[in-house]
Amino acid sequence: MADQTRKPKPKQDDTNPQAEEARASETSTEDVDELLDEIDEVLEANAEEFVRSYIQKGGE
Amino acid sequence: MAVPKICGIETEYGIVVKGPADFNPILTSSLLINAYATPAFRRVKWDYEEENPLRDARGFDRSGAETLPEEDSGLVNVILPNGARYYVDHAHPEYSSPECSNPRDVVVWDKAGERILEQSMSAAQRIAGEGERVFIYRNNSDGKGNSYGTHENYLVDRATPFPALVKHLIPFFVSRQVFTGAGKVGAENGAEQVDYQISQRADFFEVEVGLETTFKRPIVNTRDEPHADADVYRRLHVIVGDANMCEVPILLKTGTTALLLTMIEDDFITEDYSLRDPVRALRAVSHDPSLRTTIELSDGRKLTALELQWEYLRLAKKYAQDAELHPAMDDVLERWEGVLEGLEDDPMTLAGQLDWVAKLSLLRRYQERDGLSWGDAKMRMIDLQYHDVRRSRSLYWRLADAGQIERLVTDDEIAYAMDHPPTDTRAYFRGECLRRFSDVIVAASWDSLIFDIGEEPLRKVPTLEPTRGTKAHVQGLLDASPDAAALIHNLSA
Repeated sequence: MADQTRKPKPKQDDTNPQAEEARASETSTEDVDELLDEIDEVLEANAEEFVRSYIQKGGE
Repeated sequence: MAVPKICGIETEYGIVVKGPADFNPILTSSLLINAYATPAFRRVKWDYEEENPLRDARGFDRSGAETLPEEDSGLVNVILPNGARYYVDHAHPEYSSPECSNPRDVVVWDKAGERILEQSMSAAQRIAGEGERVFIYRNNSDGKGNSYGTHENYLVDRATPFPALVKHLIPFFVSRQVFTGAGKVGAENGAEQVDYQISQRADFFEVEVGLETTFKRPIVNTRDEPHADADVYRRLHVIVGDANMCEVPILLKTGTTALLLTMIEDDFITEDYSLRDPVRALRAVSHDPSLRTTIELSDGRKLTALELQWEYLRLAKKYAQDAELHPAMDDVLERWEGVLEGLEDDPMTLAGQLDWVAKLSLLRRYQERDGLSWGDAKMRMIDLQYHDVRRSRSLYWRLADAGQIERLVTDDEIAYAMDHPPTDTRAYFRGECLRRFSDVIVAASWDSLIFDIGEEPLRKVPTLEPTRGTKAHVQGLLDASPDAAALIHNLSA
């Protein structure tokens, strides 16, 4: 997904564009899933408590 | 004739300390900044003489009308060797970038601020109490109706009538959210509930034009505090933007806004895109990630935000044909067009470029995998942690470091910009003087430096012209001045 998005106008070349696209999409889905696992490791535990107690004074 | 679009971004960061006791955000912000700044820089005071945030661009002075931000000089307020101001504003640490000559430099020096906050946080963490953990976020809302700002500043020709700025800026600001938004789960501040919206800030704007920044927030802020020669310049203080993690929207928001201002100054725009109800439109655009919502113009036409942006792009491309613009503007125009095309085609194709799409895409992946609903606390946690300034924990940085988000500048450029000023604005003179002579600089501000060269009186060097004091102008002078006394002598020679 992201591989495609970085090139909003992919250049069409001699290779089969559909197969290209399918391959890109497959790889990137795997990447994303792996990434979610990675993110799980850094994401703050106790989301509920964390988000509830994140209170700021207004600024500016 | 349009004036050079010197610009910069101020960012207030969200701050929280988790630990056994309640924390004081002002004290923690001070601790944070002191932990970062070396003693030599901490000693130089901020010179408040020329500041008046209650002077109104519409021509009146409202001193006393609003409770002033308590910029007590006792609060921490340092000037960094890169020419930036790093201080405590209200209850937040704020980094105001040095003046930049072009939008690409704004990306570099704004992102340098994020790294400075990250380093400050590590330093503060080392001296924090037992069991205390410091968190800093580069976002604009706590999700509970409290907002803190990210303000852009642009140098504008004083001769341009302020109403002309207002007329064109309002529809532009309402519609530019489609690429500037940083994305937010939910709505707040009395706005109608939504699962997800484009902007962090849209829920907080209540009037079209005004002086306030902390309540009754206006789409166009009228603060008239030029920090430059007031007969020649204004400083347009834009409070309607989001804090961006992605580099593309930082480039685009400053680049496109600078282009629009240049066109207004040159009286190039004959079209009128005035909106019937701008405040409502700002919210409606933000609340619709499908981008199909139409906005009603005063003349009865109904356009989507994207259609409005296509209009502005068309004008800018026409203008650029005969104008002498900074080379960085070529990239701005090209990317502007690419982003509008992508948004029109399918917004999700921009998950590698725009914050609101990157975040939405990540949230949807989580929903798919874990079956989360929009109301799940984990969704809000992902929203918040996307903006964490720690590169190892920030979800934006996880995506970027995995190669899934496009970068425009390098880590080396950003690291260099933490300690060095841009070379082509007055920030160069300020930064270099601090680097060379900080022991005899008593105070400084955007438009002055005050030296104590060992004899009465103190010497004030005004820097009222933002385009002067560049490396080309003053490097020779600085190199020929072994100390500050020599510099003062050489300056008056």
